Amino acid sequence: MPLTDSLRDDILASVPSLRAFAISLSGNADRADDLVQETLLRAIANIDSFQPGSNLPAWLFTILRNLFRSDYRKRRREVEDAEGNYAKTLKTQPTQSAHLEFEEFRVALDKLPQDQREALILVGASGFSYEDAATICGCAVGTIKSRVNRARSKLAAMLYVDGAEDFGPDETVRAVMGGSGG
Amino acid sequence: MNDLKKKAVPGKPGGLNSEIQSRIGHQLRAMYDDVVRQGVPDRFAELIRKLDVPAGGPQMGEGGGSGGNNDGRN
Repeated sequence: MPLTDSLRDDILASVPSLRAFAISLSGNADRADDLVQETLLRAIANIDSFQPGSNLPAWLFTILRNLFRSDYRKRRREVEDAEGNYAKTLKTQPTQSAHLEFEEFRVALDKLPQDQREALILVGASGFSYEDAATICGCAVGTIKSRVNRARSKLAAMLYVDGAEDFGPDETVRAVMGGSGG
Repeated sequence: MNDLKKKAVPGKPGGLNSEIQSRIGHQLRAMYDDVVRQGVPDRFAELIRKLDVPAGGPQMGEGGGSGGNNDGRN
Protein backbone atom coordinates (compact mmCIF):
# COMPACT_ATOMS: atom_id res chain seq x y z
CA MET A 1 0.00 0.00 0.00
CA PRO A 2 1.19 3.55 -0.61
CA LEU A 3 2.69 5.58 2.14
CA THR A 4 -0.28 7.67 3.11
CA ASP A 5 -0.16 10.33 5.76
CA SER A 6 -2.07 8.19 8.17
CA LEU A 7 0.24 5.27 7.61
CA ARG A 8 3.15 7.56 8.21
CA ASP A 9 1.56 8.65 11.48
CA ASP A 10 1.02 5.07 12.47
CA ILE A 11 4.64 4.24 11.79
CA LEU A 12 5.75 7.19 13.85
CA ALA A 13 3.45 6.14 16.65
CA SER A 14 5.27 2.81 16.76
CA VAL A 15 8.68 4.38 17.17
CA PRO A 16 8.68 4.58 20.97
CA SER A 17 7.92 0.92 21.39
CA LEU A 18 10.31 -0.04 18.60
CA ARG A 19 13.03 1.77 20.51
CA ALA A 20 12.10 0.07 23.74
CA PHE A 21 12.21 -3.29 22.01
CA ALA A 22 15.53 -2.50 20.37
CA ILE A 23 17.09 -1.40 23.63
CA SER A 24 15.83 -4.48 25.40
CA LEU A 25 17.33 -6.64 22.68
CA SER A 26 20.65 -4.96 22.28
CA GLY A 27 21.23 -3.50 25.72
CA ASN A 28 22.72 -0.47 24.06
CA ALA A 29 20.88 2.75 23.33
CA ASP A 30 22.99 3.91 20.41
CA ARG A 31 22.86 0.63 18.66
CA ALA A 32 19.16 0.45 19.36
CA ASP A 33 18.54 3.74 17.63
CA ASP A 34 20.54 2.62 14.64
CA LEU A 35 18.38 -0.46 14.51
CA VAL A 36 15.24 1.62 14.66
CA GLN A 37 16.45 3.87 11.90
CA GLU A 38 17.30 0.94 9.70
CA THR A 39 13.92 -0.57 10.46
CA LEU A 40 12.10 2.59 9.41
CA LEU A 41 14.06 2.85 6.20
CA ARG A 42 13.34 -0.73 5.31
CA ALA A 43 9.71 -0.44 6.25
CA ILE A 44 9.22 2.56 4.03
CA ALA A 45 11.18 1.08 1.16
CA ASN A 46 9.02 -2.03 1.38
CA ILE A 47 5.77 -0.42 2.27
CA ASP A 48 4.15 -2.05 -0.73
CA SER A 49 4.46 -5.39 0.95
CA PHE A 50 2.54 -4.24 3.99
CA GLN A 51 -1.02 -5.55 3.91
CA PRO A 52 -3.46 -2.79 4.71
CA GLY A 53 -5.45 -3.65 7.78
CA SER A 54 -2.90 -6.07 9.12
CA ASN A 55 -0.96 -5.46 12.29
CA LEU A 56 1.48 -2.65 11.58
CA PRO A 57 3.41 -2.82 14.87
CA ALA A 58 3.88 -6.55 14.40
CA TRP A 59 5.16 -5.96 10.88
CA LEU A 60 7.61 -3.33 12.08
CA PHE A 61 8.76 -5.44 15.00
CA THR A 62 9.40 -8.31 12.62
CA ILE A 63 11.65 -6.14 10.50
CA LEU A 64 13.53 -4.88 13.53
CA ARG A 65 13.92 -8.31 14.98
CA ASN A 66 15.26 -9.73 11.73
CA LEU A 67 17.71 -6.89 11.40
CA PHE A 68 18.88 -7.44 14.92
CA ARG A 69 19.31 -11.14 14.34
CA SER A 70 21.44 -10.72 11.26
CA ASP A 71 23.42 -7.97 12.89
CA TYR A 72 23.85 -10.05 15.98
CA ARG A 73 25.30 -12.94 14.09
CA LYS A 74 27.88 -10.67 12.60
CA ARG A 75 28.81 -9.11 15.88
CA ARG A 76 28.60 -12.17 17.99
CA ARG A 77 32.13 -12.14 19.25
CA GLU A 78 32.04 -8.50 20.00
CA VAL A 79 28.84 -8.91 21.90
CA GLU A 80 30.07 -11.79 23.96
CA ASP A 81 33.06 -9.81 24.91
CA ALA A 82 31.05 -6.77 25.78
CA GLU A 83 28.54 -8.67 27.80
CA GLY A 84 30.72 -9.09 30.81
CA ASN A 85 31.83 -5.51 30.76
CA TYR A 86 28.34 -4.23 30.45
CA ALA A 87 27.25 -6.20 33.46
CA LYS A 88 30.26 -5.10 35.42
CA THR A 89 29.72 -1.47 34.65
CA LEU A 90 26.25 -1.67 35.99
CA LYS A 91 27.19 -3.61 39.07
CA THR A 92 29.90 -1.30 40.20
CA GLN A 93 27.78 1.78 40.18
CA PRO A 94 26.85 2.71 43.69
CA THR A 95 23.15 3.23 43.62
CA GLN A 96 20.09 3.36 45.74
CA SER A 97 18.61 0.01 46.34
CA ALA A 98 15.58 0.48 44.13
CA HIS A 99 17.79 1.55 41.32
CA LEU A 100 20.19 -1.25 41.99
CA GLU A 101 17.38 -3.71 41.80
CA PHE A 102 16.44 -2.26 38.47
CA GLU A 103 19.96 -2.65 37.16
CA GLU A 104 20.11 -6.16 38.46
CA PHE A 105 17.02 -6.86 36.49
CA ARG A 106 18.58 -5.52 33.32
CA VAL A 107 21.68 -7.60 33.83
CA ALA A 108 19.62 -10.70 34.44
CA LEU A 109 17.54 -10.02 31.36
CA ASP A 110 20.69 -9.61 29.38
CA LYS A 111 21.85 -13.05 30.43
CA LEU A 112 18.84 -14.81 29.01
CA PRO A 113 19.27 -16.62 25.73
CA GLN A 114 18.28 -14.46 22.81
CA ASP A 115 15.18 -16.45 21.93
CA GLN A 116 13.81 -16.33 25.42
CA ARG A 117 14.54 -12.69 25.98
CA GLU A 118 12.76 -11.54 22.86
CA ALA A 119 9.75 -13.75 23.54
CA LEU A 120 9.44 -12.44 27.06
CA ILE A 121 9.72 -8.83 25.97
CA LEU A 122 7.22 -9.16 23.15
CA VAL A 123 4.63 -10.78 25.35
CA GLY A 124 5.42 -9.32 28.73
CA ALA A 125 6.30 -5.75 27.83
CA SER A 126 5.24 -4.93 24.29
CA GLY A 127 1.88 -6.49 24.93
CA PHE A 128 1.71 -8.68 21.86
CA SER A 129 -0.43 -11.78 21.93
CA TYR A 130 1.34 -15.11 21.83
CA GLU A 131 0.11 -15.41 18.26
CA ASP A 132 1.60 -12.10 17.18
CA ALA A 133 4.82 -12.86 18.99
CA ALA A 134 4.99 -16.17 17.15
CA THR A 135 4.54 -14.39 13.84
CA ILE A 136 7.22 -11.86 14.70
CA CYS A 137 9.68 -14.57 15.68
CA GLY A 138 8.70 -16.94 12.90
CA CYS A 139 7.92 -19.85 15.16
CA ALA A 140 5.00 -21.76 16.62
CA VAL A 141 2.79 -20.35 19.34
CA GLY A 142 3.71 -23.19 21.67
CA THR A 143 7.37 -22.36 21.18
CA ILE A 144 6.74 -18.79 22.25
CA LYS A 145 4.86 -19.97 25.30
CA SER A 146 7.63 -22.24 26.40
CA ARG A 147 10.27 -19.58 25.78
CA VAL A 148 8.34 -17.09 27.86
CA ASN A 149 8.02 -19.60 30.66
CA ARG A 150 11.66 -20.48 30.58
CA ALA A 151 12.58 -16.84 30.57
CA ARG A 152 10.40 -16.18 33.58
CA SER A 153 11.75 -19.03 35.59
CA LYS A 154 15.32 -18.15 34.76
CA LEU A 155 14.79 -14.57 35.78
CA ALA A 156 13.13 -15.69 38.97
CA ALA A 157 16.06 -17.97 39.64
CA MET A 158 18.62 -15.27 38.98
CA LEU A 159 16.87 -12.56 40.91
CA TYR A 160 14.87 -14.07 43.67
CA VAL A 161 16.23 -17.45 44.54
CA ASP A 162 19.49 -18.45 46.11
CA GLY A 163 21.33 -21.32 44.55
CA ALA A 164 19.00 -20.97 41.69
CA GLU A 165 20.56 -23.42 39.34
CA ASP A 166 18.83 -26.39 40.70
CA PHE A 167 15.39 -25.43 39.77
CA GLY A 168 15.28 -26.21 36.16
CA PRO A 169 13.06 -24.47 33.71
CA ASP A 170 12.28 -27.69 31.96
CA GLU A 171 9.94 -28.80 34.64
CA THR A 172 8.06 -25.58 34.44
CA VAL A 173 7.80 -25.88 30.75
CA ARG A 174 6.69 -29.44 30.92
CA ALA A 175 4.04 -28.53 33.41
CA VAL A 176 2.82 -25.71 31.24
CA MET A 177 2.92 -27.66 28.05
CA GLY A 178 1.59 -30.68 29.86
CA GLY A 179 -1.58 -32.51 29.16
CA SER A 180 -0.63 -33.37 25.65
CA GLY A 181 2.49 -35.11 26.79
CA GLY A 182 0.65 -38.06 28.30
CA MET B 1 8.14 -5.31 50.51
CA ASN B 2 11.53 -5.58 49.03
CA ASP B 3 12.43 -8.60 51.00
CA LEU B 4 10.75 -10.82 48.51
CA LYS B 5 14.19 -11.18 47.16
CA LYS B 6 16.06 -14.29 48.11
CA LYS B 7 13.23 -15.39 50.23
CA ALA B 8 10.72 -17.01 48.04
CA VAL B 9 11.61 -20.35 46.68
CA PRO B 10 8.83 -21.82 44.69
CA GLY B 11 8.26 -25.12 46.35
CA LYS B 12 6.86 -26.88 43.39
CA PRO B 13 8.45 -27.26 40.07
CA GLY B 14 5.88 -26.03 37.65
CA GLY B 15 4.52 -23.17 39.65
CA LEU B 16 6.44 -19.98 39.83
CA ASN B 17 5.35 -18.09 42.82
CA SER B 18 2.76 -15.69 41.48
CA GLU B 19 4.17 -12.82 43.47
CA ILE B 20 7.51 -13.33 41.78
CA GLN B 21 5.85 -13.52 38.42
CA SER B 22 4.03 -10.28 38.88
CA ARG B 23 7.19 -8.68 40.14
CA ILE B 24 9.05 -9.75 37.04
CA GLY B 25 6.25 -8.49 34.87
CA HIS B 26 6.26 -5.22 36.67
CA GLN B 27 9.99 -4.70 36.31
CA LEU B 28 9.93 -5.68 32.71
CA ARG B 29 7.24 -3.15 31.90
CA ALA B 30 8.88 -0.47 34.01
CA MET B 31 12.08 -0.86 32.05
CA TYR B 32 10.27 -0.87 28.75
CA ASP B 33 7.91 1.97 29.49
CA ASP B 34 10.80 4.06 30.61
CA VAL B 35 11.93 4.13 26.99
CA VAL B 36 8.45 4.37 25.53
CA ARG B 37 7.81 7.50 27.54
CA GLN B 38 10.69 9.21 25.82
CA GLY B 39 8.45 9.51 22.81
CA VAL B 40 9.71 9.95 19.27
CA PRO B 41 13.17 11.45 19.01
CA ASP B 42 13.39 14.24 16.47
CA ARG B 43 15.70 12.31 14.24
CA PHE B 44 12.99 9.76 13.53
CA ALA B 45 10.19 12.23 13.09
CA GLU B 46 12.43 14.05 10.65
CA LEU B 47 13.35 10.88 8.85
CA ILE B 48 9.79 9.84 8.25
CA ARG B 49 8.73 13.28 7.19
CA LYS B 50 11.52 13.53 4.67
CA LEU B 51 10.99 10.16 3.21
CA ASP B 52 8.25 10.89 0.86
CA VAL B 53 8.15 7.88 -1.29
CA PRO B 54 8.41 9.16 -4.84
CA ALA B 55 5.59 8.24 -7.14
CA GLY B 56 7.88 5.87 -9.01
CA GLY B 57 8.95 4.21 -5.81
CA PRO B 58 12.57 3.79 -4.77
CA GLN B 59 13.56 0.88 -6.97
CA MET B 60 11.18 -1.55 -5.47
CA GLY B 61 11.77 -5.18 -6.30
CA GLU B 62 12.26 -4.65 -10.00
CA GLY B 63 14.76 -7.45 -10.07
CA GLY B 64 12.29 -9.82 -8.50
CA GLY B 65 11.15 -11.04 -11.86
CA SER B 66 7.43 -10.91 -11.48
CA GLY B 67 6.22 -10.90 -15.01
CA GLY B 68 3.17 -8.94 -16.02
CA ASN B 69 3.96 -5.34 -15.71
CA ASN B 70 2.64 -2.92 -18.29
CA ASP B 71 -0.42 -1.20 -17.05
CA GLY B 72 -1.96 -4.13 -15.32
CA ARG B 73 -5.58 -4.19 -16.04
CA ASN B 74 -6.87 -1.31 -17.99
